[in-house]
Amino acid sequence: MSGKLAGMSAIAGRFASLRDRGEKALVPFVTGGDPPIEHLPMILRTLESGGADLIEVGLPFSDPIADGPTIQASSQRSLDRGTRLEDIFEAVAKASVGVPVIYMGYTNVALRRGFGRFAKGARESGAAGALLSDLTPEEAGDWQAAAKEAGLDTVFLVAPTSTNARIELACGATTGFVYCVSRTGVTGAENRVPADVRETVARVKRHTSLPVCVGFGISQPEHVRMVCEVADGAVVGSHLVNLLAETWREGSGREKLQEAVAGLKAASRI
Amino acid sequence: MPSAPRTQGRFGLYGGRYVPETLVPALDELTQAFHEAWNDPAFRAELEGHHRKTIGRPTPLTYLPRISDETGLRVYAKREDLCHGGAHKLNNAIGQMLLAMRMGKTRIIAETGAGQHGVATATVCAMFGLKCVVYMGEDDIKRQELNVFRMRLLGAEVRPVGSGTKTLKDATNEAMRDWVTNVGDTHYIVGSCVGPHPYPFIVREFQKVVGEETREQILAEENRLPDALLACVGGGSNAIGFFYPFLEDKAVRLIGAEAGGEGLATGRHAAPLCEGTPGVLHGAYSYLMQDDEGQVIPTHSISAGLDYPGVGPEHSSLKDSGRAEYHAVTDEEALDAFMWLSRSEGIIPAFEPAHAFALLKKLPFDADSLLIINLSGRGDKDMETASRVLEL
Repeated sequence: MSGKLAGMSAIAGRFASLRDRGEKALVPFVTGGDPPIEHLPMILRTLESGGADLIEVGLPFSDPIADGPTIQASSQRSLDRGTRLEDIFEAVAKASVGVPVIYMGYTNVALRRGFGRFAKGARESGAAGALLSDLTPEEAGDWQAAAKEAGLDTVFLVAPTSTNARIELACGATTGFVYCVSRTGVTGAENRVPADVRETVARVKRHTSLPVCVGFGISQPEHVRMVCEVADGAVVGSHLVNLLAETWREGSGREKLQEAVAGLKAASRI
Repeated sequence: MPSAPRTQGRFGLYGGRYVPETLVPALDELTQAFHEAWNDPAFRAELEGHHRKTIGRPTPLTYLPRISDETGLRVYAKREDLCHGGAHKLNNAIGQMLLAMRMGKTRIIAETGAGQHGVATATVCAMFGLKCVVYMGEDDIKRQELNVFRMRLLGAEVRPVGSGTKTLKDATNEAMRDWVTNVGDTHYIVGSCVGPHPYPFIVREFQKVVGEETREQILAEENRLPDALLACVGGGSNAIGFFYPFLEDKAVRLIGAEAGGEGLATGRHAAPLCEGTPGVLHGAYSYLMQDDEGQVIPTHSISAGLDYPGVGPEHSSLKDSGRAEYHAVTDEEALDAFMWLSRSEGIIPAFEPAHAFALLKKLPFDADSLLIINLSGRGDKDMETASRVLEL
């Protein structure tokens, strides 16, 4: 095991060990600072103990154009509480979870701090990678250089509308896993996952040997199961953000979160 | 001549394309469709036909004798307020609609602040029989009621946006989310020279007819180029269309008026070129009102059309190069100019270009300077707000 992991990034190592076990990855998403930031370490540990294989931590932005109402509202609540980027980095460092953490945010938040300082801060908080939802490979040269320098993996998106040439480009720029968007649309829990996601994942797989995870609209164990038949993992965001908003209170809500994650994780063992 | 932006759509440092991956193929398609159309004489002829017969171009260049006498300047107004619909917005909306038809799109969406771009988009959708959805902030719906009714009368669906600041910024967010979701059959008619490449370039090309006509008209009237051009800048489409044909005429000063709101010192304004820092909003890198965490700051202006924290990337580049200069005009100064133009010349301007007129009193100009102001829209839409704040 250790020989196999030598020289690999935390994300690559995680997917390698999942493959060894015949499992796919469950990747929950939570917004940094919603519930309030002092809860984030406990939330991350709960996600881990529930069975999360990687965790995405959302960095709130005032104008999240790729997000639907759930994550918009969650981001706004976090900003209204005065959450700062540094607070999120500190909370993630404090949580010190054993699974790779990936930041998911928007270009301006990283750019304002400077890609170099942002990447360094993210890495020092213990994160393994980052994804900027509105940054495509064509614009990402400086970002990739800064992330590489800091030892942070870069995750890029592919979408059902991506041409094969663009899939090639995104896979070339990605060093962690490729994030495949399940549908044309913004984030948000849905009742079903479009069937053509299989076709999109298959197209991506023809261009890369990197792991491919599917996100957007995945909320139920049966969605995770369907996605994990073709992809290497499933990202569940809005559903868990809703759950936290409804049930996470001072000293309660851990069991509900852990149970939900465990249910989703079970569906990724196929 | 200044050239078209490079593939990634940069004006100097500014512009680019910062969007979710889902939209990139649509932006590529739009870029290609625009270049093909722009090089197609049939497209140009059709557009020129609409300029004359739909919009009512060329719009007049009107000498303003009483304002000229009072200020000791020679002041002309480019009368975009006389365009069909009441503002320069139709120049762009018709152009983009013709592109949408070429691309086979069947549904149109738009964002609007003051409602002028929404009305222009609703107008072209009625003309061509396409479904039209316009996103508008709840606060703007309240202060531009007349335009909301006009859009509905024209058959458009106006969708109120209650998130964030409930103004143009959030209407734009919502329009982008709609586009990400319905990108297959929908064209997004962006209303200003903002957004991801190719929008700032396309919108400028469709608006530059304003400056081209002005150049011809002033040469015919005065046999010389003006000393300065003045225009208001929110996103900046009327200004860039007006300025662009004069960029190489280095003796012509290019002056933009941003919304100073309650004053720059109060922080309650919408003047990113005067007070902002470069950042990424709505798909482009440009000057932006943001805090040190990169969060966009709420703006304030009496003028819904200028109440926006970003600005077109070409203006950012013109600011940095020094080719254009930008000044902030407060709500109060704009209202004063709104009254002044109404009572001196019998022209009721929209609040937006009233900001540009205010600069006549605010900036020092040499006596007898020849100035042209882009009167980008008429004031009907602002009557209700005006009647509330002005005691007449």
